[in-house]
Amino acid sequence: MELYEYTASALSDLLQTGECSSVEVLESVWDRITRTEGKIKAYLTLTKKEAFHQAEEIDRRRAYGESLPPLAGIPIAVKDNICTKGVKTTCASRMLQDFVSPYDAAVIERCKESGMVLLGKTNLDEFGMGSSCEHSHFQITSNPWDTGRVPGGSSGGSAAALAAGEAVLALGSDTGGSVRLPASYCGLVGLKPTYGTVSRYGLVAFASSLEQIGPMGRSVEDVRLLYSLLCGKDPKDATTLEHPSFDGKQRLFPSVKGKRIGIPKEYYSSQIAKPVKENLRAALTLLEREGAVLQEISLPGTQGALAAYYLISSAEASSNLARYDGVKYGYRAKSFASLEELYQNSRSEGFGKEVKRRILLGGFVLSAGYQEKYYKRAKELQRQIIGEYQRAFETCDLLITPTAPDTAFPIGEKQSAAQMYLSDICTVPANIAGLPALSLPCGYDKNGLPVGMQLIGPKFSEERLFEAALYYEQAAGGFPMPDRMRPFERKGGEKL
Amino acid sequence: MTEAKGYDIHIGLEVHAQLNTETKVFCACKNSFGAPINAQCCPVCMGLPGALPVLNQKAVEKAVFMGLALNCQINLVSHMDRKNYFYPDLPKAYQISQFDRPLCEKGWLPLLCGGKEKRIGIERIHLEEDAGKLTHSDQTGKTIVDFNRCGVPLIEIVTAPDLSSSDEAKAFLDTIKRTLQFLELSDCKMEEGALRCDVNVSLTPCGSQTLGTRVEMKNVNTFSGAVRAIEFEIKRQVHILTQGGTVTQETRRWDDQKGISILLRTKEEAADYRFFPEPDLGQIVLEKESVEHLKKSLPELPAQKFMRFVDTFGFSEKEANALLDSQGKCALLEETAALGECSPKSIGNWILGDVSRKLKEGESEEILLRRLTPVRLSQLISLTEKGTISSTAGKKVFALLLQEDKDPQELVEKYGLQQISDENLLRQVVQTVLAQQEKSVLDYQNGKKNALGFLVGQCMRETKGKGNPEMISRLLLEALNHPESTGRLPKML
Repeated sequence: MELYEYTASALSDLLQTGECSSVEVLESVWDRITRTEGKIKAYLTLTKKEAFHQAEEIDRRRAYGESLPPLAGIPIAVKDNICTKGVKTTCASRMLQDFVSPYDAAVIERCKESGMVLLGKTNLDEFGMGSSCEHSHFQITSNPWDTGRVPGGSSGGSAAALAAGEAVLALGSDTGGSVRLPASYCGLVGLKPTYGTVSRYGLVAFASSLEQIGPMGRSVEDVRLLYSLLCGKDPKDATTLEHPSFDGKQRLFPSVKGKRIGIPKEYYSSQIAKPVKENLRAALTLLEREGAVLQEISLPGTQGALAAYYLISSAEASSNLARYDGVKYGYRAKSFASLEELYQNSRSEGFGKEVKRRILLGGFVLSAGYQEKYYKRAKELQRQIIGEYQRAFETCDLLITPTAPDTAFPIGEKQSAAQMYLSDICTVPANIAGLPALSLPCGYDKNGLPVGMQLIGPKFSEERLFEAALYYEQAAGGFPMPDRMRPFERKGGEKL
Repeated sequence: MTEAKGYDIHIGLEVHAQLNTETKVFCACKNSFGAPINAQCCPVCMGLPGALPVLNQKAVEKAVFMGLALNCQINLVSHMDRKNYFYPDLPKAYQISQFDRPLCEKGWLPLLCGGKEKRIGIERIHLEEDAGKLTHSDQTGKTIVDFNRCGVPLIEIVTAPDLSSSDEAKAFLDTIKRTLQFLELSDCKMEEGALRCDVNVSLTPCGSQTLGTRVEMKNVNTFSGAVRAIEFEIKRQVHILTQGGTVTQETRRWDDQKGISILLRTKEEAADYRFFPEPDLGQIVLEKESVEHLKKSLPELPAQKFMRFVDTFGFSEKEANALLDSQGKCALLEETAALGECSPKSIGNWILGDVSRKLKEGESEEILLRRLTPVRLSQLISLTEKGTISSTAGKKVFALLLQEDKDPQELVEKYGLQQISDENLLRQVVQTVLAQQEKSVLDYQNGKKNALGFLVGQCMRETKGKGNPEMISRLLLEALNHPESTGRLPKML
């Protein structure tokens, strides 16, 4: 087994016992990147020099006997909508193709302080708007399980990098499922934390009231380790809260015995593909055998959640993305005769189709005369959904649902926006209600593509989700990387 | 003041005041004027991707304090909203403001203007951020954007259309400015744009219950501009109405240099700001107790002071205005009066006379107020009122006091400025002068009454200017009108 295939927790042990060095880990991952990145196209920017510099620094400090945090020396990939000082942050948009942030996002500060090694910035749907990673201005990322298929989105680059072994851990962001959907399509673990537990300072805003930065990894323990580093109140983000119960340092006792698991029937509708349902059923049966108490529940508001999500997120996006006007930074149109034209041309040329669609939608639903009918109704629906989930957690400890209605689909297959939006049907309710939700693999379809299972808990119940997920992971014997099952590298390690 | 026969005039104002907090409203940048271009901004106030606002609680407190001063209801729960529009001075392309739930609502300000007392309704006071500043260069054809002002905390005070003349509007604006200054909420430096206002005017046929069509004017900025803009707008609307036309709802742009307003946009073209709650900030929740506490800490407000100065102290509205224009002068008056040695009116006269004159001549108010303490002013006034020194000597003492920073009593002694009020001594002087000035005495007795002035002057000369002129003049009159009472007849008679 090569070093790049190890989980972060395993590498952390090896590094601490001196069985390998940070530079060796990085060399292995970098070697993997050079061999596979040509086909996967997960990264928009690679920061090789800085990464090796960081790894050497960690090794040096360790050699001096310094006691380092558990994730010191672990390579991490960062979604390219999270600001990194001195390294481009493009949001996969022409609008920000040359934008370099003068500051580090709060989560990047935390990663750097704990000695993590930044590999580079990963591809996404432009500004996080999309479910397939096809809406990037620069490139289409492939799914390592089948390179003809999408990795899911919008954090598709981070997911593909992890699945391909081009990173050990990754940061994504989840506005309506953007961490969980690609985690599901790429056979990974991904967490959308409770709203307000991870600082959004430095996350380029798409829909401020719904999104969170989320950890992604190849094991439950890895995601938990990274989450414990990310969470906590940040004075620079007024929406962050003190996390009352999470303490990542404690040992987990994986168990589902006596856990009351709600099965909301609305998540198992006809829109969910058969292999997804079958794998979910098998996973639930396994949990029930171990003593979990399953109960079918109904969350009728769920059906309106997708509409509410697209209205609220687009409304906020139309405002959040208004600052890209060609005046201060970012793309500026070459020709314009007036201020009005400078705005119009820069925005018309700088934004992609999907982004423009959402800005138009958002501007419309907020406009006078329509706000009551759309935006305010969506907010009202949001209140209803929050209430429904609150009531559900009076009788359930957690909910289990599919993460996505299907498995990874072929690149170019979903042509209509509405069709694409349906991919988020299972993930948006957690964003609408601000709840923590974790996606983990639970089997494969007949093409060998991973299926995702979603655990949703009440606010601040991340630890409960990790316990259940860890139990399932152990019962399933861990989550393999794709090339063990379906080698996608060219024969003989030929450079791509 | 422009009249509009047959119409009631309704004027409303929107006053923007920058709050003098240490830091800006959503970031830790310093809130001060005059830094080099773009030297006082950060990712937050420049609206860089990923940056987030954090509300400055001091700004909230100051806004609430103003609300309490204007008798507003304070909303214990409110929130910020986004006001969306594109302009190069607005780096986020939205202004964080308050829309449907401002911090303060439904207040009023008592106003005394032209002897009439009335209450001006305050519809709301909300908190928001200032925008940057654009400087257009005709030479280069370029525009410089300075983001230093972005994120400076502002309050917007919106009145009901309760003002009915430009004079009232001016009186209201003066009172608002004073209130902000007295409560130390704003520097109110108009030249730095710390205080700006927009006006709206509507004319209603007398007796009509429904308000006329409202016309708003932007870019008014200064108070004197507001007066001119209101006058212009009243005339414009009267002209339209008397020609049989109708006023259309519109927003106009005031050009202060030309003294005219031009159409900016009609109602149909009104901007849609697509307000919605700012998702990056939570609700603003105020503790009832802390609001009560703030309310209790309110000092006497300028509006009340104004009325007390007029009603109790007996100043005219003009005098009261002049006194209230400077917090320093106002405090000097109150503190000197509190010593109980002299009447507020005589103190006020000193302040409005000699003190104001000195300040006009360029004396620094800070130094002046440090040297002219209430105790010294009280002493100075007492010395003149008791006749210890003449009013001329009083002026001299005042000047010396500012130069030498010494007590009036000490200066009077040092420079021998005591007035001679000894009646016997002065009677002798009068006799001497009468004896010397026979011609003038004759002139006087032949009806040339102004000869008296000359004789007083001669007596003053005889006393080297220290004689009490009032006593001299009385003794002279006695001697001239009743020669026998002097015990000695002038030679001629």
